[in-house]
Amino acid sequence: MKSAALRVVESHVESSLAGRVLSPFTVREPRAPDTLPTGVPAVDALTGGLPRSALTEIFGPASSGRTSLLLSILAEVTLRKEVCALVDASDAFDPGSAAAAGADLKRLLWVRCGTRETRNEKRETFKRVEQALKATDLLLQAGGFGLVVVDLADIPPAVARRVPLASWFRFRRAVENTSTALLVIEQQPYAQTCASLVLRMQRNTSGLSFHPAKNGVPTHARLLRGISVSAEVVRSRLERKPVRAASANFETRAAWAG
Amino acid sequence: MFAATYVPNFLLAAVVRSEPELREQAVAVVEGAPPLVSVIAINHKAATAGVEIGMTKLQVATCAPAVKLRQRSKLRETAAHAALLDCAQAFSPRVEDTAADTVVLDLAGLDRLFGPPAKLARELKRRVADVGLEANVAVAGNPDAAIHAARGLPGVTVVPQGNEAARLGDLTVDVLFAPNNGGADVEAAEHAAEILETLDRWGVRTFRTLAALPEVALSERLGQEGLRLQKLARGQSARLLVPAEPPLHFEEAMELEHAVDLLEPLAFILGRLLDQICTRLAARALATNELRLTLGLVPPCLRGENVYQRSLRLPQAMLDSKLFLKLLQLELKAHPPGAPVVKVTLAAEPVRPRPPQSRLFLPVSPLPERLELALARLRGVVGEEQVGAAELLDTHRPDAFRMRRFASAEQGLKPSAKKGGSDAGLKPCSTPLMALRVLRPPLLAAVEFCGSRPSRLTTRIREVCGDVIACAGPWRTSGDWWRESAPANAAKKYAWNREEWDLAISNRDGVALYRVYRDLNNGEWLVEGQYD
Repeated sequence: MKSAALRVVESHVESSLAGRVLSPFTVREPRAPDTLPTGVPAVDALTGGLPRSALTEIFGPASSGRTSLLLSILAEVTLRKEVCALVDASDAFDPGSAAAAGADLKRLLWVRCGTRETRNEKRETFKRVEQALKATDLLLQAGGFGLVVVDLADIPPAVARRVPLASWFRFRRAVENTSTALLVIEQQPYAQTCASLVLRMQRNTSGLSFHPAKNGVPTHARLLRGISVSAEVVRSRLERKPVRAASANFETRAAWAG
Repeated sequence: MFAATYVPNFLLAAVVRSEPELREQAVAVVEGAPPLVSVIAINHKAATAGVEIGMTKLQVATCAPAVKLRQRSKLRETAAHAALLDCAQAFSPRVEDTAADTVVLDLAGLDRLFGPPAKLARELKRRVADVGLEANVAVAGNPDAAIHAARGLPGVTVVPQGNEAARLGDLTVDVLFAPNNGGADVEAAEHAAEILETLDRWGVRTFRTLAALPEVALSERLGQEGLRLQKLARGQSARLLVPAEPPLHFEEAMELEHAVDLLEPLAFILGRLLDQICTRLAARALATNELRLTLGLVPPCLRGENVYQRSLRLPQAMLDSKLFLKLLQLELKAHPPGAPVVKVTLAAEPVRPRPPQSRLFLPVSPLPERLELALARLRGVVGEEQVGAAELLDTHRPDAFRMRRFASAEQGLKPSAKKGGSDAGLKPCSTPLMALRVLRPPLLAAVEFCGSRPSRLTTRIREVCGDVIACAGPWRTSGDWWRESAPANAAKKYAWNREEWDLAISNRDGVALYRVYRDLNNGEWLVEGQYD
């Protein structure tokens, strides 16, 4: 039971905030964030989809299915007639793979970072990261994109780790209260607490799928069929319960595997 | 009813329109080749300072050094006249191009749209002021009465129908002889001066006294011209309006007194020109999708051309002078003129504005104006050809695509009528496709074989080295060997002939999959990309 004095204080606060704050003493449950489907049922079941208005990190080593998952997400989002942007720090995006995965390339703005300077590779890598950060800033300021992807997958962790935390905070703030989902593909997680969802990708132990599997078969009679990968939720702010280790397994298939 | 818009002291008004800061200063417009440069127009402050029409430049510099002198500019006058016509066209399609400084509108049927004539006249004056001109506006029952009222009475004047003679009575007769587009030749001017002198000798100096002269006596002395002038003075003209259809030509130009070699002052000038063009386009309910900038450069310039031209194409019709200015600034920053600028010409391609409301159930997409600005800035960051939408080429050549201009939702992303295109109609399936991360340019490698199988991959990058634990291949592809010559932009040998392998290599970081190929033209091994 509220005391009379407390009620008086409450009414005084409410009257002084009238017109500025609606019902200051009403506790509102935070609305569940809107999500984008990833196109992989196992990952959707695990994460609930890619949250809008938030930063998501997908990290993992080479050949762990990060880019395959990215293409699947791009295909889903462009299928919903939303506009996407890809900031490609290493200029490694393959439009052929994306089109084969079902992405509508007309709805994908591709920003290819690079300086064509090959004399000093380290300096070029720094320059690429700098360009990627600037480009991401500009795209988030422009607004209206359903998905903005920053692809740092080929940037060595020693370089990517130097991206100041303030940049990730700025990106997180920029997508807040918008319908944009910001996705970063990388080798290690860098955004720390700024990320609402962090997914670790890894190739399963017996992940390589060659057909036929037997080694004795002549090499020209074998086909690379795909990779078996697993996705694990490392951090999720979307659930109110404590984060638990959870993973989903799925397979990627080669375009020629049918 | 008819409305006439008259810009007094038009030569000076055209100059002041381009340089609004001169509005508060003493200004004189000069014309002629040195040393015979003389004053042809002055404002009130210059007259107060002692400057008179006909004085030479040297005389002005001696008696009133504070007076700003500006060379007469046909470009500015043409632009000011076009702006005046645009303002009139914003109200009525029936507009007469009477003179450079005068236009007449037919107001029939406009009262339901714009209210009574006095309100329309005020709105017309405001619209003309928006394009940088100060005008007199007069409304009368016939075109000539409206013209004379506008030329003789300042501000907004409404002459009631049937009361023209009384209202125009105080005007001086020289108002009748102002040149118009049809009678600006020397002979007509001499004849007008002759009649004016005669009237002056008779002591006829106002419309009222001219209107009161006996018709027969006037006819005997001045002929039919005298009777025509008397009818005009009585406000009894019955001529028909001659509507003009001004071409949709939106161009503004400025000749600079001193060459500009920095982008900032140039942007200031461009801002003014863009404001004027956008106001004119808005007056005609139009927008633009292309801006053409032409800069006259100080000769001799480095590139050997004295004219610098850039065209700014927009994916959609827009009308935002600030956005245009920013885009032009970015364009000039990326492609500087290379020499000081002495003349700026800006033209806009008029198009119908895009509908403000897009389809109701369309997903949110970037606003065209903001997207265009972001794309221009992105091009500044990563390079001209590095931003856009990829388009696959109809070839089996690996990594064959081209970059196209990216367009926002309503413009380029309409559902394609043609189904089954290269990237249309594909549905994502539940098993994600294995993606390839392309190495651009391909990474030079060395492959060791054990029998017919690759056993080790070596490159200059440590992560892309290791023992081969599984492989598939080789797959041979070739193409374009039938072409005789490579396209001009082909960086390397155009015909391709290669042997592809898919290699799983084991290294310190684990296992990774690569697509490796041997170029059969030169025998080099290259890593094309990584499966991820």
